[in-house]
Amino acid sequence: MFHSIRHSLTAFAVAAALFAGSAHAVDVTGAGSTFVQPIVAKWSASYAEKTGSHINYGGGGSGAGIAQIKAATIDFGASDKPLSPEELAAAGLGQFPIVIGGVVPVVNIEGVKAGEIKLTGAQLGDIYLGKIKKWNDPALAANNAGIKLPDAAIQVVSRSDGSGTTFNYTNYLSKVSPEWKAKVGEGTSVQWPVGVGGKGNAGVAAYVQQINGSIGYVELAYALQNKMAYTQVQNAAGKFVTPNLASFAAAASHADWKSAKDFQLVITNAPGDDSWPITATAFALIYKTPKDAARSKAVIDYFKYAYTEGGKAAEALDYVPLPAALVAQIEAYWKAEVKL
Amino acid sequence: MVMAASAESIAVPQSDETRARRDGFADRLFRRIVAGAGIFVLATLAGVALTTLWGGREAFATFGFKFVVSSDWDTVGKQFGALAPVYGTLVTAAIALIIAVPVSFGIALYLTEIAPPWLRTPVAAAIELLAGIPSIIYGMWGLFVFVPIMGRHLNPWLNEHLSGWPVVGALFSGTQYSIGLGMLTAGIVLAIMVIPFISSVMREVFLTVPTRLKESAYALGSTTWEVAWDIVLPYTRTAVIGGIFLGLGRALGETMAVTFVLGNVHRLSLSLLEPGNSIAATIANEFAEADSEIFRASLIALAFLLFVVTFIVLAIAKLMLRQMEKKEGK
Repeated sequence: MFHSIRHSLTAFAVAAALFAGSAHAVDVTGAGSTFVQPIVAKWSASYAEKTGSHINYGGGGSGAGIAQIKAATIDFGASDKPLSPEELAAAGLGQFPIVIGGVVPVVNIEGVKAGEIKLTGAQLGDIYLGKIKKWNDPALAANNAGIKLPDAAIQVVSRSDGSGTTFNYTNYLSKVSPEWKAKVGEGTSVQWPVGVGGKGNAGVAAYVQQINGSIGYVELAYALQNKMAYTQVQNAAGKFVTPNLASFAAAASHADWKSAKDFQLVITNAPGDDSWPITATAFALIYKTPKDAARSKAVIDYFKYAYTEGGKAAEALDYVPLPAALVAQIEAYWKAEVKL
Repeated sequence: MVMAASAESIAVPQSDETRARRDGFADRLFRRIVAGAGIFVLATLAGVALTTLWGGREAFATFGFKFVVSSDWDTVGKQFGALAPVYGTLVTAAIALIIAVPVSFGIALYLTEIAPPWLRTPVAAAIELLAGIPSIIYGMWGLFVFVPIMGRHLNPWLNEHLSGWPVVGALFSGTQYSIGLGMLTAGIVLAIMVIPFISSVMREVFLTVPTRLKESAYALGSTTWEVAWDIVLPYTRTAVIGGIFLGLGRALGETMAVTFVLGNVHRLSLSLLEPGNSIAATIANEFAEADSEIFRASLIALAFLLFVVTFIVLAIAKLMLRQMEKKEGK
């Protein structure tokens, strides 16, 4: 909510950490995605306890993280959106996944409980395009037999601020709705055809809770904490799945990481019967040929620790740790690509 | 000792000259410091205006005049236009002033002329307390308390009764009024936020009106309203307008409270019951993740436009004031 404040705090944290960094070579700084901020903070605290090395992560948003790692003012950046291999090569950066999360549609319809409504990707697209206007639209009734959907207008809620959540959500809609792809497209913020915009996950959650007949999208943690009515969504295999850590993990393991150069893969609409279709990955960005190899090594050591010992902490915060095969692939990538 | 020393300096004649020189120096120094303070304001203003103009140059160069007249805000297709947020800023500030000015006038008049003396201090203190509430609190109150009231009661009523009227009807039409988020809601929340500013300035200056003048008017048989309108207001007009400007400035630039209740969508709608956007809210929402050069430049250009808009609004107000004074033959 306090983006500008967070911004200046980031700058301050970065500056402070740079000064501190000269004294302790193992302390490193990162910035970027606010989506991973809670888990990176949690990992950093336990990592500092274990090793004495401090990881200072300033958040600030993926855009800020990308800009700062390109300007080499931080040791690693974090982004909700993978950069293309070309962009990475131009800046001399390497990229790898940090953790998995998911975006969840939430509704506020009287009498409808969490997980009751089933929506297909195309229906989500049509709702957000303003084509399906009422909850009792026959199109929705087809896959919601047994639930009485009211004769009420659908109030669409989206994110007003740019975010990785929006990127993954619009990326998914673009994959499942050709009309969405043509008219709106994907991005950290887009021109929403209908509805209102709330600021941050908290803002969207507040709007959805306030407005009768509304639908919005938030990260899983917000849906669970606010006890909101999330929906089931049909995945690429045609099955309706409930959003939870198991279905996020399924999407992450079914996704085709092997053929993704520099891990450039958005795992929305992933294959697999039990995959949640709007699963998201956060990515770390580091220099392939760092000026200060010790610092980059410290970053890699930290993520190694996070992958091997940080799984429980991640699940407690509603994230999904990376599947073992992916971790092995990342470690091979470090060996091959990062010069230490 | 001190007394002796001062007596001595008075007694010695040539110290007059050194004193005069010293005074002259102190005076010049004082003048420079004060002038520096004055120039500081101008330099800051010019600095911010130039920085935003420079930062937004890419947007102005790419879109030209279209940036001001287009309501397109397509972050994917990289087409940006400022009309929707500029319109939202002006409309919400206008609603705020239409409500806040009469109410503030009433508060100030009540406190200076009508309220029993024991009530004046607590109410005045309450107003100052209101002025100190952070805008995020107004925003959250607006969202959780006021928006449902607007959505369930006021907006449907306005839509039902006024949307059929010619001309005015367009302001109360629309389909999303039952949400409660929108320009009217934002304008009313803004009004509540600026009332303390305007009313405390008004109260202060109303107190400066000489009792003599007011009593003379009462003695001639004026009603309280006539005293207020014909004596108090003309006597304090410049300061009252200054207070209104202060409120206007705050309403134009308010960010946090507005973003909670305005709906934050880049769609141009004439209706006051539909969600919209404002310049400050747009920047606050989108700056952190503005991921392309032209997007960031457009947001900074928007900041520059806020300058221009504020300047034009204040200039028009000044012109109207001068016109008013001319009419009165001053």
